[in-house]
Amino acid sequence: MIELEHVSKRYGATTVVEDVSFTVAAGEFCVLIGSSGAGKSTTLKMINRLIPQSAGTIRVGGRDIRELEPAALRRRIGYVIQSIGLFPHWTVARNVAAVPELIGWAAARSLARAAALLEQLKLPPGEFLEKYPHQLSIGQQQRVGIARALAADPDILLMDEPFGALDPITREVLQAEIAEIQRANRKAVVFVTHDMEEALRLASRIVVMDRGRLVQVGTPLELLTAPASAFVRDFVGSDDLGIKLLGVATVAERLRSAASAPGEPIAVTASLRQALSRMVAEGVDRLGVIDGAGKPIGAIHLADLLRR
Amino acid sequence: MSAWPLRYWRDPLLWTGLALVALVLLMPSTKPFFAALFPKLPRPMFDLDSFADLLIGHMLVVAASSVAATALGVGAGVFVSRRAGAEFRAIVGSIVTIGQTFPPVAVLAVAVPVVGFGFEPAFFALLLYGILPILENTIAGLASVPAPLCDAARGIGMGEASILRRVELPLAAPLIVGGIRTSVVINVGTATIASTVGARTLGLPIIIGLDGANLAYILQGGVLLGLLAIVLDLAFARLLAAVQVRRG
Amino acid sequence: MRANRVLLLLVLAGLAATPSLAFLTVAANRLVSGVSVGFAALPRGEGAAILLPAALLILASVLPRRRATHLLVVIAAAAFLLLLVRLAGVEAARLAAAAPPAVRISLGAGFWVLLLLAALALGDAIRRLELPRWAGAMVGAAVVAGFLMLLLSGVLDALGIVHEYAARRDVFAAAVLRHALMVALALLPTLLIGLPLGILARRRPAVAAWLFPLLNIVQTIPSIALFGLLLAPLSALARLFPALAALGIGGIGLLPAVIALFLYALLPVVRDSADGLAGVSPAALEAGRGLGMTPRQLLWRVELPLALPVLLAGLRVATLQAIGLAAVAALIGAGGLGAIMFQGLFADALDLVLLGVVPIVLMALAVNALFDLAIAYADRVPR
Repeated sequence: MIELEHVSKRYGATTVVEDVSFTVAAGEFCVLIGSSGAGKSTTLKMINRLIPQSAGTIRVGGRDIRELEPAALRRRIGYVIQSIGLFPHWTVARNVAAVPELIGWAAARSLARAAALLEQLKLPPGEFLEKYPHQLSIGQQQRVGIARALAADPDILLMDEPFGALDPITREVLQAEIAEIQRANRKAVVFVTHDMEEALRLASRIVVMDRGRLVQVGTPLELLTAPASAFVRDFVGSDDLGIKLLGVATVAERLRSAASAPGEPIAVTASLRQALSRMVAEGVDRLGVIDGAGKPIGAIHLADLLRR
Repeated sequence: MSAWPLRYWRDPLLWTGLALVALVLLMPSTKPFFAALFPKLPRPMFDLDSFADLLIGHMLVVAASSVAATALGVGAGVFVSRRAGAEFRAIVGSIVTIGQTFPPVAVLAVAVPVVGFGFEPAFFALLLYGILPILENTIAGLASVPAPLCDAARGIGMGEASILRRVELPLAAPLIVGGIRTSVVINVGTATIASTVGARTLGLPIIIGLDGANLAYILQGGVLLGLLAIVLDLAFARLLAAVQVRRG
Repeated sequence: MRANRVLLLLVLAGLAATPSLAFLTVAANRLVSGVSVGFAALPRGEGAAILLPAALLILASVLPRRRATHLLVVIAAAAFLLLLVRLAGVEAARLAAAAPPAVRISLGAGFWVLLLLAALALGDAIRRLELPRWAGAMVGAAVVAGFLMLLLSGVLDALGIVHEYAARRDVFAAAVLRHALMVALALLPTLLIGLPLGILARRRPAVAAWLFPLLNIVQTIPSIALFGLLLAPLSALARLFPALAALGIGGIGLLPAVIALFLYALLPVVRDSADGLAGVSPAALEAGRGLGMTPRQLLWRVELPLALPVLLAGLRVATLQAIGLAAVAALIGAGGLGAIMFQGLFADALDLVLLGVVPIVLMALAVNALFDLAIAYADRVPR
C-alpha cells in the first residue's frame, strides 16, 4: 500500500531524513518511533506530500506520489495531528464532513457518514453533531479529528503523535479505540510517536529511526527479543523487558482450553501483562478466560506466563 | 566633529532634519526653479508669510496639543485601568469614539464661533482628536502588563503609586509611545487644515494654492509637510526603540 | 449596593450645565451674534413635561444598581432626549412668533451638552442591562426614529438649522448622496485591492517589507497635501486627453478625492487583513492542508472566515476615516457635506456649519453601529 524507497530530505546543508526505505501493507499498523528530531514526523509528512522529498521514491497504492496532484492525493489519505486542528468556525458535523464536501458528496450522505463515525468514536451524534469545537474537551476534539480523517473512508491513515496532548487515561482509551477501528476496517496506519509503550501496544510493525536514519524494522516481539543495536535495546528499554514481552503476547496464546478457574474471568484478547497484573492484584495464580461473547473457554495459570 | 563616529553621519534622521531646515530657509531662493516650472503663474513663490514662521507655527500647535492630549489621554487611561475607575471605562470610550466620528474640520468649524479664529480653535480640535489613540494605547499597554508581576511587586511591599510608576508604566511605555506617535502624525495633518481658520501652519500655502489654482504654492507647502512628517516619524521610531530597550 | 457612579457624574454635570449654559441663542439676523436664552427663562407648561424624566434620572443616580434602575434610566433618558428636542422646537417657535422674520434661533451649548449627557446615560444603562447587541441597537434606532418624527412633524421648523435646510433642500440631498458616493467609490477598490494585498503581504515577507512603510508614509501625508499633490498629475492628464475632462475627470472634483480616500483607506485594510490572517490557528491550517484542501480552498473556507472579525475591524476604521476625510475634500471641489460645512464656516453661520456636520456625525455613528453588529456576528464563535 505504501512504499518508501531510499527517501531522503535535506534542508540546505542539513539532512533530516537519510535513505529511508520500508513498506506498509494494507491492514498493517506501522509505528514510526524515535527520539525527538529523529525525522519521523518529516517522513510521515512526505507520504502525503506535505513535505516534498529531496530524493527517493514514495509510492501509494502502487503509484508514485509525484504523479498525483497533491490535494487529490491527500484527500485519499486520512491525517490526524497532535494539535488536532478542528476548524473553530464549523460545527462538529461540518468538520467531519470536510473531505466528503471537498470530493462532492451529497449533503445527506455526508451527514449520515458523520453521524455513523461519531457513533463509532463513542460521541452520541444527537448531542455532538451541532456542537462547536470550543465546547468540547480535548479528548472529544481529537475523537472528532479522527472521525474527520476517516470520513471519506481512506485506505491509509497517517497519525502524527495524535494522543500526545491528552491526559493518560484518555490516551489509553483512544489507543484502544483506534486499534479496534484499524482492526475492523483493515486500514494501513502509519503512526508517529516517541512513546515506546504506545508503540508496543498498537503496532503490528515498528520502524525505529535515529537522527534521520532507519535503524530497525520489525514486529514488537522482534524488537524486544532481537534489538539490532544498543540504541534500539536502550530505546526499547531493557529494564522491564519481561513485562514488555508479556505486553505483546495475548492470553489466547497460553490458554488452557480444558481448564477452568473461579473468580472474575479475563478476556481472551487481553495481554499476558494484564493477566499478570490481575493475578498479582487479586492474589490468585489462575484466571478463567472468556471469549468475545462472554462465554467461558478455558483458564490461564501463572506458570503459563513463564513458559517460553 | 572628528570625535563623532561615522554612523552619526549616516543617520537618516539627521539628514532629513537638516534637509527640512535647509529647505525652509532656502525656499525663497528656489523661485527661479518654480518660475521655470510654471511659466504661466504670475506668483510662483509663496511669500505671504515666511516658511520658517509657518513651520514653527505648525510645530507649536502640534506640540502644545500633543502635550495636553498626552496628559489627558494617559491620565484617563490610567484612571480607567484602576479598580476605582473601571466603571467609567465604557463611557470614556464612548465619549472618545463619538469625538472621533467628528471630522477634524468639523471640530475646527464648531470651535471657531466659541473661541475665535487662529491658534485656539486649532489647539482644541487637535487636542480632542489626539486623545483617542493615546487613551486606547494606554489602556492596552497597561492591560498588557502581566498580573503576576504586579502581584509580586505588591508582595515585596511596593505601594500602588510605586507599582504604577516603576512597573506598569515602563512596561506599557512602548504601546503608549506608539499611541502618541499615531496622535502626533494625525495632528500634523489636522494642523494643516487649521489654516482655514486662520492658524499659521504649513497648510496655508496649500490652501491658498487650492483656492487660486496655484500649483507652485501647493508643491512648496506639500514638500515641506512631507519632510516634516518623515522627520517626526523617524524621531518617534528612535524614541520607540529607546523605550523598548529599557524593557530589558 | 453602590449607586451608579457614572450616572451620578452625568447627572451632576447636567445639573451644573443647566443654569450656566444657554439653551437657545437668539440673533436678530444672520450676521449678528446671538443672545442666550437659559433654561430658567422657560415658562411652565410646555417645559414641565421634561421635568419628569429629568427627575427620574436624578433619582436613579442615587438608587442602587439594579436591573429595575437601569431599565428606568433607559426609559427616562430616551424620553428626556425626545422631550428636550421637542422643547427646543416649541420654545424656538414661541420666540420666533414674537420676533421679526429675519431672526435666527440656534441651539445653544446647553442643549448640546444635555443631549450628549442624556445619550451617554442611555448608552450606559443599556450596557449595564447586558442586552444583546441587536436589542441595544433597536433602542438607539427607536430614539433616532423619534427624532425623525419630530423633524417631520414640523415642530422644529423655527430652529436655525432647519431654516438652513429648508433654504437649500435639494443641495442638501445632493450633498448627502455625493458624500456617500465618495466614500463608497473609494471603499470598493480598497476592498478589491487591499484584501489581496494583505494576503500577499502575509505570504511574502519581502512584499510586506516595502508595502507597509509605503502605506505608512501615505498615512502621514496630511490629507489636504495629498489632495493638492494629486491635482497636478490629474490636471496634466485632463490637458493631454480632453475627452477625460468631458467625463469629469480633471484636477478638481470627485476623482482626486476618491483616489486620495482610497490611498488612505489602504493601510488599515491591508494591515488588518494581514494581521487577521496571521491570527488564524496554525493547527487548523495544517489540518486543512493535510485533508486535501487546495491553497484556494483553504483561503476561502478556512482563512478568510476565521480572519473576518479583524478584517471587518480594519474596514470599519477605513470607512470612518473616509467619511471624515470626504468632508475635507470639499476644499478641492468634490462637493459633499463638507461643502455645506465650509460655506457656513466662511460665512460665520454656525447653523449652516451644523447642517453639514450633524449628518456626517450621524452617518459615522450609524456605520459604527452596523460594523459593531457585523463584527459581533462574525466573532460569535471563539477562535
